[in-house]
Amino acid sequence: MRSHFFFIAAFIVATAMSATGAQERAPSYSQAEVEVGFNLYNTNCITCHGANGDTVSGVSLRSGQFRRFSTDAELNRLIQTGIPGTAMPPGRFGTADLAGLVAYVRSMRDFDTRPARGDAGRGRALVEGKGGCLGCHRINGTGSRLAPDLSDIGAVRSPDAIERSMVDSTSTMIPINRSIRAVTRSGKVITGRRINEDTYTVQIIDADERLVSLTKSDLREYSVLKTSTMPSFRGKLTPAELDDVVTYLRTLKGAR
Amino acid sequence: MKFPRQQLLAAVLLLSLLIPVLHAQITYDRLLRASDEPQNWLTYSGSYSSQRYSLLKQVTPANVKNLEQKWIFQAESLEKFETTPLVVDGIMYLTQAPSDVVALDAKTGRVFWIYRYLVSTDARTCCGSVNHGLAILGDTLYLATLDAHLVALDAKGGRPLWNVKVANAASGYAMTLAPLVVKDKVIIGVAGGEFGIRGFVAAHDARTGKEVWRTYTVPGPGEPGHESWQGNSWEHGGGPVWLTGSYDPNLNLTYWGTGNPGPDWNPAQRLGDNLYSDSVLALDADTGKLKWYFQFTPNDPYDYDAVQIPVLVDANWKGEARKLMLWANRNGFFYVLDRATGQFLAGYPFIKLNWASGLDAKGRPIPTPQPEGAPTFPGLQGGTNWYSPSYSPRTGLFYVSAWEDYASVFIREAQTFEEGRRFVGGRPSSPIPGAQNVPGATRRPPINVWTEAAGHGAVIAIDPHTGEKKWKFQMTDTTDSGILTTASDLLFTGGREGYFQALDARTGALLWKSTLGGPVVAGPMTYQVDGKQFIAIAAGHSMFAFALRE
Repeated sequence: MRSHFFFIAAFIVATAMSATGAQERAPSYSQAEVEVGFNLYNTNCITCHGANGDTVSGVSLRSGQFRRFSTDAELNRLIQTGIPGTAMPPGRFGTADLAGLVAYVRSMRDFDTRPARGDAGRGRALVEGKGGCLGCHRINGTGSRLAPDLSDIGAVRSPDAIERSMVDSTSTMIPINRSIRAVTRSGKVITGRRINEDTYTVQIIDADERLVSLTKSDLREYSVLKTSTMPSFRGKLTPAELDDVVTYLRTLKGAR
Repeated sequence: MKFPRQQLLAAVLLLSLLIPVLHAQITYDRLLRASDEPQNWLTYSGSYSSQRYSLLKQVTPANVKNLEQKWIFQAESLEKFETTPLVVDGIMYLTQAPSDVVALDAKTGRVFWIYRYLVSTDARTCCGSVNHGLAILGDTLYLATLDAHLVALDAKGGRPLWNVKVANAASGYAMTLAPLVVKDKVIIGVAGGEFGIRGFVAAHDARTGKEVWRTYTVPGPGEPGHESWQGNSWEHGGGPVWLTGSYDPNLNLTYWGTGNPGPDWNPAQRLGDNLYSDSVLALDADTGKLKWYFQFTPNDPYDYDAVQIPVLVDANWKGEARKLMLWANRNGFFYVLDRATGQFLAGYPFIKLNWASGLDAKGRPIPTPQPEGAPTFPGLQGGTNWYSPSYSPRTGLFYVSAWEDYASVFIREAQTFEEGRRFVGGRPSSPIPGAQNVPGATRRPPINVWTEAAGHGAVIAIDPHTGEKKWKFQMTDTTDSGILTTASDLLFTGGREGYFQALDARTGALLWKSTLGGPVVAGPMTYQVDGKQFIAIAAGHSMFAFALRE
């Protein structure tokens, strides 16, 4: 855990920060600060915010974009005061710990677990061409809505997870995204990607990219496909091409 | 029309008796017989036996489809809304997060007063700045606050009468439970199992607030049970008490469920059984003296709090009239205990579990720890949790909100105790992508990312005599809702999907539902005003009241 972390932290300091030079302020957090924050995050914050910082509704710490603060001092204060009226409690931390937490949260966006191995330009060409990814996925307004939109995939998934998705997508797919097949009482067959579901209803985006809400009691059949319909790219793309695609997808941080 | 003098006198006498009864203060005697005045709801669980069962039967399986929403009260808080209101002679008293009290007209939802309690910034919480409700005695309401104070309020005006510090919030002590009034005492317990506190139950004088007795859930040096803690691990041993207990007036015993030992997930730091964590304690109501205990999960590595409502039932057990305690535990087993002695009578798993292969003759689990990285069933939130169960004396069934087919992977780490900091010794994670959020810590967003892959909720009706599941009402998402049953054999419950449902308590058939637009994380209750039966439930950030259409 720890040695792995040092590798990560070293990478952040050495490479990732320079890669995000487009950000308004150049981050200047030390490796030690980020490490302190990483450990504190994992004992104090991870329960609610999750390892990727994206499990509180409407809050993505990895996204690098925040509604409640813009400066480090504001973030520092927010951690101390909590957010009244929400589940975010006040946190009692010493000065060094607070600095560490700020450093880690600020770094999460680029908290990649390995250096880039491919070429983003070649990866983009593969995604848009030979890979055929946009036949199902959408990126920044282009492509199909049948499968999940990938415009911010680099902010919400680690490179390893992206690569796993490409060779064995069933193992990484979020179950809510499973495909469903429904047959109405009149015999009409409806297929699509599940968006939400409860005991009595299910919401999907269907094969014609329409948002559809179905009432289960109106259906003759309803089934959820537990495997991903995405093909494996193992053998279809060379290892170098896979690296290129991962490298490109990592650059997709979403527009807000 | 002329009444004979004697009849008139009798009528006046009767009236003079009736009026004070209807509008009298809540005496201890009324609390003892709370079930006999079902128009009111006088304690968190509806009565000292905590069956959450009401004699009201205006709403029936035949007419429940005519329920309609009568009013909504929107809380001034975005926290989870976990309160069960009290209703006293047409006035509803409820709490809104973090520690406010609201008095409103139970018929219309219009507010009489709001007491806003300013919680100290020292307060620490593991799982939300929530509150479960109030207790009442006389004209006084009792509030346990998030920063571990006990406050007495005038029920008419909402003004504080006294405020005593129960424990040190900065050290991780908090209170979220509804207090329990017994005789002239207000009994409370403390949360803080994720902060290395030393849990306790305490009774305070209802008139002055002065502490009368305090019983620690972790025995100190020289006390029986202390040897169940390795070294000094007892000092930060946890054993919080964050849910209201029950009371048997004949035995004069109060019953309290205790939470996890600390640190939660690293039992290697606290070898031994860790008494009295994950236990039920039977305490003398006058002195707090421990009469008996039963530990459900010794040396718990999973955070299987025994923080459930002790449900007290007098029933025939194998041909003999017995005082029973029914308990569906977070660890996935359903227990039947003799509440006079603590004797284990029976235990059955009510959900899929793999942390134990069963219970021995004394009810002690036979552990089957899973390999590192493998999923443990049930997961962190358990087979059930603090959600109030219900018992119907009419059906003889015990009803529980359960999580089925649900697992966590537990990661253990050594951790040094630091006062006021989280002290948990590792972390749980979900084996399901996208479901890694530990539920319960924040309000659940409206998209169900858990789905069938991570588990689902259900209401399970258990026959206590056999452990047999008589019926099951399965949901797609999980449930944190409590359960209410009534004398018309109706069962009310909610869930994370935001539906509020009426089921047939005998068959589990769905009879009625309403969508409330936010998750139900509270227990339903019922009351009657001006001859009309209401059913109230908190969901999202609002309190909803239903009654039959005119």
